[in-house]
Amino acid sequence: MEGELALLGKYIGAGLAAFGLGGAGIGVGNIAGNFLAGALRNPSAAASQTATLFVGIAFAEALGIFAFLIALLLMFAV
Amino acid sequence: MAAEGGLPIHPMDQFIVKPLFGDGPVYWYTPTNVTLWLMLAVLAVGALMILGTRRRAIVPTRSQSIAEVLYGFVHNMVEEVAGHDGVKYFPYVLTLFLFILCANVLGLIPMSFTTTSHVAVTVVLALGVFLGVTLIGFARKGAGFLSMFWISSAPLALRPVLAIIEIISYFVRPVSHSIRLAGNLMAGHAVLKVFAGFASVALISPVAIGAMTAIYALELLVAFVQAYVFTILTCVYLKDAVGDAHH
Repeated sequence: MEGELALLGKYIGAGLAAFGLGGAGIGVGNIAGNFLAGALRNPSAAASQTATLFVGIAFAEALGIFAFLIALLLMFAV
Repeated sequence: MAAEGGLPIHPMDQFIVKPLFGDGPVYWYTPTNVTLWLMLAVLAVGALMILGTRRRAIVPTRSQSIAEVLYGFVHNMVEEVAGHDGVKYFPYVLTLFLFILCANVLGLIPMSFTTTSHVAVTVVLALGVFLGVTLIGFARKGAGFLSMFWISSAPLALRPVLAIIEIISYFVRPVSHSIRLAGNLMAGHAVLKVFAGFASVALISPVAIGAMTAIYALELLVAFVQAYVFTILTCVYLKDAVGDAHH
């Protein structure tokens, strides 16, 4: 019983931790959308900013990846 | 581990590290599927660059033009992001990019093993970048390297707080750098295997196989984009170490 309760908590916790990835999705979408909005206004400047775009996406995604890491740790390491 | 999810293929089974010969325990020197595919990635990089540039024709052959495109792509990236002083470290960045790209793409071959989906592999790459950047920073700027934590454009009262945040974010770099690569590839390959499990249900198998094809195409993109992101972040970190202090 004790073990089953711990298992239940583990799975619920892992599921809750996966919510964090939603935030990363919002962040990445926000960056890509704003980049597109800016790029359509000034297409000539867009090509030079793709590196910045990817760096921004990578940083926004990193925080979601931490949530994913917590979920994985709960599932496989705890 | 509760394996009975009802799926005939467990999505995480593909990441199990197995010895190549026999079923013995895995020691640090045991040849496993990880070592095999890491070695194949190294051989692929070597073959691409050595065989591709062996005949150095003015009108490039197919393999030579691939090698040239990759070389030029990474060279431009280092020059643009890390600045002119960062070009000195271009060979390291190119090696990282080609190795990660080859490991990612080789991992997409059915029945192969994705080495970069293991944090143990990517953390070594990320720690190499972290230690390298820190050492280069101190070697080039001395104690002045620490000024990147002391933001002189911020109000004086805020600077200690910002310094703490900057120091934490500096030490979290290798964590996010490695987990991003491993997490993206692991998640993508797990999704592929989940849909492969759905394909055994006759009713939805055409949908599942169609979805797998689409996800496979997406994974090919992810394999390239993640190699690109890893390298471009390496360049961003390098810029902190080699960039000019006076602007």
